[in-house]
Amino acid sequence: MILQWIVFILSALFAIFSALMMITRKNPIHSALFLIGNFLSVAVLYILLGRQFIAIAQVMIYAGAIMMLIIFTIMLISVEELKKVSLLKFGAGSVIGLVMTVLLFGFLASSVAVRTLPGLKGGFPLERIQELGPFKVIGGLLMTKYLLPFELASVVLLIGIIGAVILAKKER
Amino acid sequence: MIPVSLYMLLGALLFSIGILGVLIRRDAIVIFMCIELMLSAVGLTLVSASRYYNGLDGVIVAFLGMTVAAAEAAIGLAIFVLLHRTYKGIKVDEINLLKG
Repeated sequence: MILQWIVFILSALFAIFSALMMITRKNPIHSALFLIGNFLSVAVLYILLGRQFIAIAQVMIYAGAIMMLIIFTIMLISVEELKKVSLLKFGAGSVIGLVMTVLLFGFLASSVAVRTLPGLKGGFPLERIQELGPFKVIGGLLMTKYLLPFELASVVLLIGIIGAVILAKKER
Repeated sequence: MIPVSLYMLLGALLFSIGILGVLIRRDAIVIFMCIELMLSAVGLTLVSASRYYNGLDGVIVAFLGMTVAAAEAAIGLAIFVLLHRTYKGIKVDEINLLKG
């Protein structure tokens, strides 16, 4: 119990720290590495919530595939050119942005920081998931109840690949 | 058990940090990374809601969101490479011509 709290507080603090470092670093490579740290700490939180499948997917898809693509693109677009210009613009616009962000966070926090949320409880408490097997039950849902969204996701990925190839092709 | 509202507060905070990054940065790749951060924060909120409601629907929605994020990364980064060929360095406030 106390161990869970320690892990939660450490990973939450690291998630906030790495997100703040990500938006303030000048070098985009540093931003990308801090974002990987943020994704890994969110994966730790997923395991703490008892959702192992999505934690592994987070590490493989976000921290692995997407961030690899982003770092590859940053390397392709030379970092030196990006470093020369001032990447943070401080002015009236960013002050307004900060105020709007604080207001948005206040709104979101006031709507989620409640003891009880409305709605009915579902049929998968933690013991039942452990009994059925955490991966088996997700696979079962993806193949039965959510078969259409699952297939549509594959179509989305296919269209993404084709679109990327068409966009990146050199014009003749 | 750790109250689920703490996870949701963390998700809201990460989402707000992502929006702040979108607003104050002018480098398109960092703005793109901030959007990924916001998507991940929404995933955290969905999964913590699935824990609260004892269901697995939130996990599946978060997983489908991840696939959309992967497709978006492929297309967005292709657009950045294309923009880099035209503009040499991608600052969003310098890209102001809406023609080919």
